[in-house]
Amino acid sequence: MKKFSSLLLNLILTPSRNTKIKLLQDYFKILDINRAYALAILSDQFSFQFIKASKLRELVYEQVDQHLFDYSYDYVGDLAETISLIWPTNKESKSQNLSTLIENIKKIKKSEINTEFSKVLSELSNNERWTLIKICTGGLRIGVSERLVKTALADLYNKSVNEIEEIWHGLEFPYENLFQWLKNEISKPKIDFKKLFHPMMLANPIDEEKDFKRLDANEFQAEYKWDGIRVQLMVSSNSVSLYSRTGDNISSAFPEIIETTKGDAVIDGELLVGGNFKPSGFNDLQQRLNRKKASKDLQKKFPVFIRAYDILFYKGKDLRKLSLVKRRKYLEKFQKENTTNQIDLSTIINFSTWEELTKYKNNFYDDLNEGVMFKLKNSEYLPGRKKGYWYKWKKNPKLVDAILMYAQRGHGKRSSYYSDFTFGVWKENELVPIGKAYSGYTDKELLVLDKFIRNNTTNKFGPVREVKKEIILEVAFDDVFPSTRHKSGVAMRFPRIHRIRWDKPINEVLSIKEFKKEFKID
Amino acid sequence: MDFINHQLFIKDINVHIDPILPKKTAIITHGHADHARFGHDHVIATRQTIDIMKIRYGDKCAKKFTPLRYGQKYSIKNYDFTLYPAGHILGSAQVLIEKNNHRLVITGDYKVGKDETCKNFKLIKCDTLITEATFGLPIFQHPDPKDEIQKLIRSVKINKNNCHIVGAYALGKAQRVMNLLRQQKYNETIYIHGSLEKLCQYYSKEKINIGKFEKVSSKDKSFYEGKIIIAPPSALKDRWSRRFPNPIICMASGWMTVKQRAKQQGIELPLVISDHSDWNELLDTIKKSKAKNILITHGQEDALVYYCKKQNLVSKPLSIQGRSDEEIE
Repeated sequence: MKKFSSLLLNLILTPSRNTKIKLLQDYFKILDINRAYALAILSDQFSFQFIKASKLRELVYEQVDQHLFDYSYDYVGDLAETISLIWPTNKESKSQNLSTLIENIKKIKKSEINTEFSKVLSELSNNERWTLIKICTGGLRIGVSERLVKTALADLYNKSVNEIEEIWHGLEFPYENLFQWLKNEISKPKIDFKKLFHPMMLANPIDEEKDFKRLDANEFQAEYKWDGIRVQLMVSSNSVSLYSRTGDNISSAFPEIIETTKGDAVIDGELLVGGNFKPSGFNDLQQRLNRKKASKDLQKKFPVFIRAYDILFYKGKDLRKLSLVKRRKYLEKFQKENTTNQIDLSTIINFSTWEELTKYKNNFYDDLNEGVMFKLKNSEYLPGRKKGYWYKWKKNPKLVDAILMYAQRGHGKRSSYYSDFTFGVWKENELVPIGKAYSGYTDKELLVLDKFIRNNTTNKFGPVREVKKEIILEVAFDDVFPSTRHKSGVAMRFPRIHRIRWDKPINEVLSIKEFKKEFKID
Repeated sequence: MDFINHQLFIKDINVHIDPILPKKTAIITHGHADHARFGHDHVIATRQTIDIMKIRYGDKCAKKFTPLRYGQKYSIKNYDFTLYPAGHILGSAQVLIEKNNHRLVITGDYKVGKDETCKNFKLIKCDTLITEATFGLPIFQHPDPKDEIQKLIRSVKINKNNCHIVGAYALGKAQRVMNLLRQQKYNETIYIHGSLEKLCQYYSKEKINIGKFEKVSSKDKSFYEGKIIIAPPSALKDRWSRRFPNPIICMASGWMTVKQRAKQQGIELPLVISDHSDWNELLDTIKKSKAKNILITHGQEDALVYYCKKQNLVSKPLSIQGRSDEEIE
């Protein structure tokens, strides 16, 4: 437990991705039952049945005065950390293996949890207590994705991360087959592919200058790019399930799709909100996301459908080695047999030159598509973001000039520079912030902005600096929506700094009224 | 105790304790900038506190200085003042004020734990206790500083190609970290940020074992590989820290107890080393002082006021102007 606990602590405090990978590799050099538990915990596949946040609160109130706990929780802002810090310290902590500890806890009878689990907490050191409580409350939030863990394992044991991805969803605790395969003791574990989530094939953003010179337009076909969420729908005679891009089962949130779809296939598509297959924008879709369930009302107000791009399996047959064009035939066949109206097919755009495709990218569907995707006609279905097969080409962004108002230091490699910028437009004689951006500028522009901010600070609010209002930023953004959460009444999607407008005086910047009018916000 | 107001001002004789603005007579508990200011007419403090004020603000930072030894009584009219060790930093003192058989103690900043860089805290029985509450929440239970400094030493041993930059307040904490390193047999030269130099020289002169130190200079980057550098916290995030090879950013502070805070500040190696009392030490001091009347300043007053009231002690927060959470040294 000590080792796992210091691993978590180091991971949370390390900003560098490479250092995180190194830490993980040091830990996973040995593959044993402790590491199996660790892997389950790190990939969020472990939980104790009876011990959740509410139980922990109950236990801590038995140990300390409730008011004192509440004062402390308010200050710390993290339940696991507050409990681990406030728990009466036992000078002589006794350390156990991660696996022994977990197995002992699992043996505790439900009726004895309060006394027995409290005893466990008292016997641990502060950091180990923090780790155990984190395990109980789930969602570690230590800045380590499942993908990073897989990458670390793959590099350490000379496998490709895609190979791990491919079998990942068929693996189960205690991962004996995975560990043996990593150690080259057995060949790659066989998995029943029909039943699992299959890692999705992803598109690379196009580099207009480089890519168009070397790619042949005739080898590609295109589709519109939609601003929804990518999903995988698994349909069989006895069950239907829906997975997000990361492999989370999100079936329960979209009952209308689960209940009506029939057939035997695995479909790749985009989940969108809108009636009659007309998407109504990401803002509406957000009303349906991050929910466990959807009420009848919600289903009626924000109906969903799937726009299908691809098909991976059809009637038990693995289609992933077939070409895109051939898979499309199977997709059309599936659609013909599927009599419900929750799925439609993504339209294929045929084009012969890149200029021709530009038209489709920029003008279509009254702004609802984000751009286009174009895919190599004879591409197999490959997991991950392979180069040379699928591309996404976004519309030219929307642009607005806004005045730099506040700045904050950035993170990671930009940590000592002022690199997070809040900008605004006029509201009568004042400025009102409309967004925040921390990318898009060149290294040179960043240095100039950093220097300006250091020399022109007019006010400080904690880490935030207010600056003299004289720099105009041209901000690029994908879209803008009405919002009740912001003072300005608008929320931008993916704003970034396009360039600095040295040429423009600040009184020529739009007012919030003009801004809303230009981008059609009521 | 009605003779002193919430600004720690005794109107009767025109005496202030740790005033923010220039005053006629100021009793100064210790040299940190939120307690010791420039421009008073008459400063009463320990000799070391006066020395530190002169180092920081110049010889003429007050018109007149009266140094007091610990335990030496100083009277103004019918008020008797005595300074006692507070264990916070070199020269730090608590102030005992006696008037008509009423004993009032102002702790100033204090810690109960051992510290070789200053005289250890002395408990004084009193009727009214004005205590600080920087770490006045039960989550603050400071670990043994030796274990914390071992973390640093271990990390230096493992990460030979990195340099360790330790954020520590220029006065007190920096020298304590150096002393703790020496106690744990770390005998290499310690490199310091320029702003620490005069204070480190002063500590050395006062025979406090901080060992060999040297100001960082524009040497070749690789020179600092494997070295420990001590700098004020403000320098950590600044461009200053970028001149060093693969720095591991450390911070020695009681605030490092909270991991999320450490992460927010970009600290990779938090060292929970505090010059203030933790929760249990605050409670213990309140109890042992036998005071019936507890006034609480500096920091997290709410929880401590609540606790005292539960113990049937008269208690209220004193909000002293110009001081706020987490800005104090």
